[in-house]
Amino acid sequence: MTEREQKRKPAPARTDEEVVEAPATSETGEKLKAEMDDLLDEIDEVLETNAEEFVRSYVQKGGQ
Amino acid sequence: MSVHKVCGIETEFGIMLRGAGESNPVTASSLLINAYLSDLQATAVGPTPKVGWDFEDEQPGNDARGANVGPASPPEIETHLVNAVLTNGARYYVDHAHPELSTPECADARSVVVWDKAAELILQRSMRAARQMLPEGQELVVHKNNSDGKANSYGCHENYLMDRSTPFHQIVVHATAHFVTRQIFTGSGKVGSEAPGVSRTEVPFQITQRADFFEAEVGLETTLKRPIVNTRDEPHADAQKYRRLHVITGDANLSEVATYLKVGTTAIILAMVEDDAIGEEFTFRSPVQAMRRVSYDLTLQRPLERTDGTSIRPIEVQWALLEKAQKYAETHGLDMVGAEVGAEVLDLWEGVLTDLDDDPVKCADRIDWVAKHRLLQGYRERHGADWTDPRVAAMALQYHDLRPERSLAQRLGLRRITNDAEVERAVSAPPDDTRAYFRGRCLAKWPEAIVAANWDSLVFDIGTDPLRRVPMMEPMRGTAKHVGTLLDECTTPAELLARLGT
Repeated sequence: MTEREQKRKPAPARTDEEVVEAPATSETGEKLKAEMDDLLDEIDEVLETNAEEFVRSYVQKGGQ
Repeated sequence: MSVHKVCGIETEFGIMLRGAGESNPVTASSLLINAYLSDLQATAVGPTPKVGWDFEDEQPGNDARGANVGPASPPEIETHLVNAVLTNGARYYVDHAHPELSTPECADARSVVVWDKAAELILQRSMRAARQMLPEGQELVVHKNNSDGKANSYGCHENYLMDRSTPFHQIVVHATAHFVTRQIFTGSGKVGSEAPGVSRTEVPFQITQRADFFEAEVGLETTLKRPIVNTRDEPHADAQKYRRLHVITGDANLSEVATYLKVGTTAIILAMVEDDAIGEEFTFRSPVQAMRRVSYDLTLQRPLERTDGTSIRPIEVQWALLEKAQKYAETHGLDMVGAEVGAEVLDLWEGVLTDLDDDPVKCADRIDWVAKHRLLQGYRERHGADWTDPRVAAMALQYHDLRPERSLAQRLGLRRITNDAEVERAVSAPPDDTRAYFRGRCLAKWPEAIVAANWDSLVFDIGTDPLRRVPMMEPMRGTAKHVGTLLDECTTPAELLARLGT
């Protein structure tokens, strides 16, 4: 019961850190990096060839 | 008193015509939807619906705060634009230069996920059908997102049925607290900021697509000066009994868990508001500022200022709401949101908050902004690209591409809630536990006899004068249980109308 309550409470605030991007996970091991590399290899083929042109031309009219 | 949380999502999609010079989004959207409808007709065994929408009772200018104060500009009800009702009870139409699809009314958040995924399939099939009608080398590309990166935004709106007698002020207080803080799991992520004066250095990446566009706390607007709580008062149901809360703050989600939590948690909170079961009020000194601060802070650690001078982190607000929801489940039960669905939502909610507290990257299989951020970080590290690199922005957009061979979201191992069979079914079949069932089944069985449809009525032409309107003012009636056998037995619409006694 106590354990479950502990799980529910929010974790104490982490001390202020220099935030440039989201904190790197403590679990970024070889396996995760390898998975990411595989994924990036895989998607390389479907990425936009001219990224700059694509981003520039992606214009929408405002909606709701 | 709580009423059943009938709910649904209406999504405006981004659209581009590629391989051509200029493209008019209204024309492109019309072509897209018409291609889908033609395709249905071509592949159908029997007649298919070409039923128009009946605008007669639409009153988007009604304001929940009193009478008809009217929007800043007259509502644009473009009656000449493509506007179809599908056999799954959904509405598929052109609105403000975007294709828009509104799911049928659902009795619980899980059904919403099913019909929202079905909507993605419909958009995919629309693109394929359009490809066959366009010149070689041209194609329509649809994105399920909310901004073009150039300060133009379009919405993913949620709708929740509520008890009319709940004081609107109470809804504003609690909904604001939830909309501001739920962003930590509903956000789909965005490179940079579209708020005036915010640089790419200050905000290289943020949690939501929409936070930049909210400038007011409460109001009727949906296209500019967007309010956190929208006061549109168009219940599309018995207006004495019901309110429809029209929520415009959310991002469109590719992750099924994110959609499930977005709708599921909100439904529970609104039920608690109706039963006055929340108790504590989380009011921010500036909700608009708070909304942006939550979105800009990837660490989830930055506290928000409350009106009493204290501060609180967004995740603490969510933990408090979850605990109250867990207590509410024990004291009142969760029947109003679907008991099983409600229990599942509470579990997922707790799991996500636990992981966000520990390390957000643990949520990469459930939360869109985390999955997207992790992908972009991986790419940046590999290629030494910074946040201003157009390849990074292009990938962020491509996350939302609905073409299955191009979609990046598809490839990231996001957890499923639904299965393929039920989603396929939902492309053409309605939920069986709301009035969408009656609408969908009538459209499938007698499309040639239905002149017009609306959320709360169907208009039949059975050869007599005048046309016959069947009112559907109760969202939880007209279900399979109520009318399934009747619909099975009636061979003609005239027989149906006679037996309905209308």
